[in-house]
Parts: sequence; C-alpha cells; structure tokens
Amino acid sequence: MAGKPTLHYFNGRGRMECIRWLLAAAGVEFEEKFIEKPEDLDKLKNDGSLMFQQVPMVEIDGMKLVQTRAILNYIATKYNLYGKDMKERALIDMYSEGVADLGEMIMHFPLCPPAEKDAKLTLIREKTTNRYLPAFENVLKSHGQDYLVGNKLSRADIHLVELLYYVEELDPSLLANFPLLKALKARVSSLLAVKKFLQPGSQRKPPMDEKIIKVKKVFRF
Amino acid sequence: MLGGTEGRRRRGRQRMRWLDGITDSMDFDEEFLETKEQLQKLQDGNHLLFQQVPMVEIDGMKLVQTRSILHYIADKHHLFGKDLKERTLIDMYVEGTLDLLELLIMHPFLKPDDQQKEVANMAQKAIIRYFPVFEKVLRGHGQRFLVGNQLSLADIILLQTILALEEKIPNILSAFPHLQEYTVKISNIPTIKKFLEPGSKKKPPPDDIYVRTVYNIFMP
Repeated sequence: MAGKPTLHYFNGRGRMECIRWLLAAAGVEFEEKFIEKPEDLDKLKNDGSLMFQQVPMVEIDGMKLVQTRAILNYIATKYNLYGKDMKERALIDMYSEGVADLGEMIMHFPLCPPAEKDAKLTLIREKTTNRYLPAFENVLKSHGQDYLVGNKLSRADIHLVELLYYVEELDPSLLANFPLLKALKARVSSLLAVKKFLQPGSQRKPPMDEKIIKVKKVFRF
Repeated sequence: MLGGTEGRRRRGRQRMRWLDGITDSMDFDEEFLETKEQLQKLQDGNHLLFQQVPMVEIDGMKLVQTRSILHYIADKHHLFGKDLKERTLIDMYVEGTLDLLELLIMHPFLKPDDQQKEVANMAQKAIIRYFPVFEKVLRGHGQRFLVGNQLSLADIILLQTILALEEKIPNILSAFPHLQEYTVKISNIPTIKKFLEPGSKKKPPPDDIYVRTVYNIFMP
C-alpha cells in the first residue's frame, strides 16, 4: 500500500526513537504527528486508535500498530532486516533485547531523582563496559564479519549503533576499549540512509532536556 | 537438538515453561539455580550472553532474553500465525499481556507495604486496559483463539497471565464472560490441561523461599 507510515508520539526520543532509526536505515520516509497537549493523546484514545491506550503508535500498511517491539518486528521483517531463518532471527532477537535493556537504563537516567543520579550513572557505566559492550565486541570478534548476524546488515546492527551513539553522549571514553564496535559504528553510519539520518535537520530527535521532562511528567510517562 | 531442551533459571520465571509445556514434542529438562556459585559458574563458563538468566539450551544454541526464547519456540512449533499480519497481531497482544505479567513477576520483590497497593494497580490495569481488548477480540470473531482460529503464543501468554492474576484476585474476570469461557476452553486443550495438573513442571505461586533464594543468588 502506498503512502508513508505515520508515527504518533511526543516530539522526543522516548520509545519511538528506535523505530525512527530502523525506518530511516531501511530508507523508508515517514511522517510524524506529535502529541503536544493532553487533548492530542485523548483524541487518539477516543478514536480507538490505541489498542492499549498507549503510544508509540505507527500507522503502516492499513494497520495501527502499537507496542514498540511489535512495530520493530514488523518493520524489520518487511524490509529484510531480520535475518534469513529462525536461527538468525533468534540471534538478532537476543542482541536486540540486550541493546534494549541497556538502552532502557540510559533512557530513564535523565528522569532519575537528583539524589540517585550518581549511583545510577555508576551502574550504567559498569553495565556498559562490563556486560553489554564486551558481549557485542566478542560476537564481532568471534566471526570477524562486518555485521553482527549472517554477514549482512540487520536490525541488530542498527539498534546497537543507535545505542553506541547514546553511550558516546554519556561518556565517549566508554567506547575506548571496543575497536570492533567503533568500526561497526563507523560502517553503519556511513551507509547512505543512515548518514542522511545523522545529519542536522533530519527526523532524529535530540537528547531529553528540561522542557521534555516537564511534558513527560504531565503525561505521567 | 532432538531430545529435550535444558532450561536454566530460578524457580519463578514461568513463561518459558508454559510454552514448552504445551507443545507436544517439547519435553524439557530443568537445572534450577539455588546458589550464587551456580550462577557464577554459568557466567564464568560464558554460557550467558549478558550474564543473566533465563537461559535455554535448545538446538545447539544457548538462548537468553525471554522474548528471543519465546519467539524461537513459538516459531518452531507454529504458534506464530500463518503470515506477517497474524504474526504482528500476535506480537501486539503478547507485548501488551507481558506488560501486565511483568507486574506479577515483580510483585513478590516489592516492599510488603507496597504489595497490597500493587495488587490494586494490577487489577485496575487488567480490568481497564487489557481485558477489554481481548474480550472485544473474542466477542468480535467468536472463535476459540485470539488470532487466526488456531492456538498461538498470544493465547498461551494470556492464559498464563489470567491464571496468575486469579491467584491474587479470584474474581478478576467477573466482568468478562468471553474471557471466562476462553479460559476454560484453552485450559482444556490436552497438552495445557496436563501442564495445569499437579506434578507437572508448572511452578507454584512465588513464596518466601523463592524470594529469599533469588536475593541470595543475585544480591552482592
């Protein structure tokens, strides 16, 4: 079905950003309808557009998809970014879920109460350098290929590279001991569609700031 | 791997067992984590990609991350619909249900003062956000299963969640006649029925021993 997908979410990263990255990397143009006041969200709820009364919601191919993972799974399958068989899919899933776990910690960090921030940051750094980045570096080392799974770009590479950008925003030195991850980041970033998405003026969203934190509090997000 | 699968996990994480239990050809073994040393051994031996359980050894792989494991088993046993659209519906239903199930999984680890409040929160979410969706789906197509007129991962995860909620809130389905009928019908599927009988690998509700074991293993 022709027509671009439409993304319904706040004007910020949150749970929609990984979807934006995946669509962008797949070379898919998309539109966005931003939720800016409570009435916007109420309208979507009252329309029956949100299966569980929640966003993200993506209108695509005649469907109103909700639940981040369901949306990602659909896009990845449609655009051949999900491996060639069940076993590759399992590996891609494992890697993507690991990325999501660390991503979740980093995403919530700005919302952390000031008293807890130091401890939280220490935990994130520790998990980044001792648990997650080594796991992915070892995957690349083990097969020596350019991409995580099946010697071909998949959603796992895109999710991971997105995460590496957030790690770098937090503290560039965290990437220091991971040469293969740095190479993957450079490689994926130089793909035409990704390169475009990384440029100013694209639909990529900036880090959370005070204004967005207030908006999230209004929506009890 | 043609024999059974081996699951290594602490007693509480039921999702995999449910899925394994109901697929005919899937007999499985379990290695329970009871001590910190056991976990350490798994971690040191590089058996756990992210140093975490659940982990399921299956078909020559050491799968971690609940959703990856669930998807793999569901795919293998044709519990994921017949095409991408059905699969996507199943995904949405599963993800929504897992949000609710997650509250149940975390519940035993809340402070005792918070536990009572959380039961009310779970009930509210179930009754206002999740159950109406599935009640409407069942009412709408009048079929036995949520998607595509055949058993799928969505039915299994929903049944598990309903039964776990009923343990805490016995009348949770009182406003949902279709879900009540659905629960009975799905529970009577032979493989599921067997799994719901005493002596199966289905785990009992979490108790103090379970909570203590988990703290002992995972706390520094």
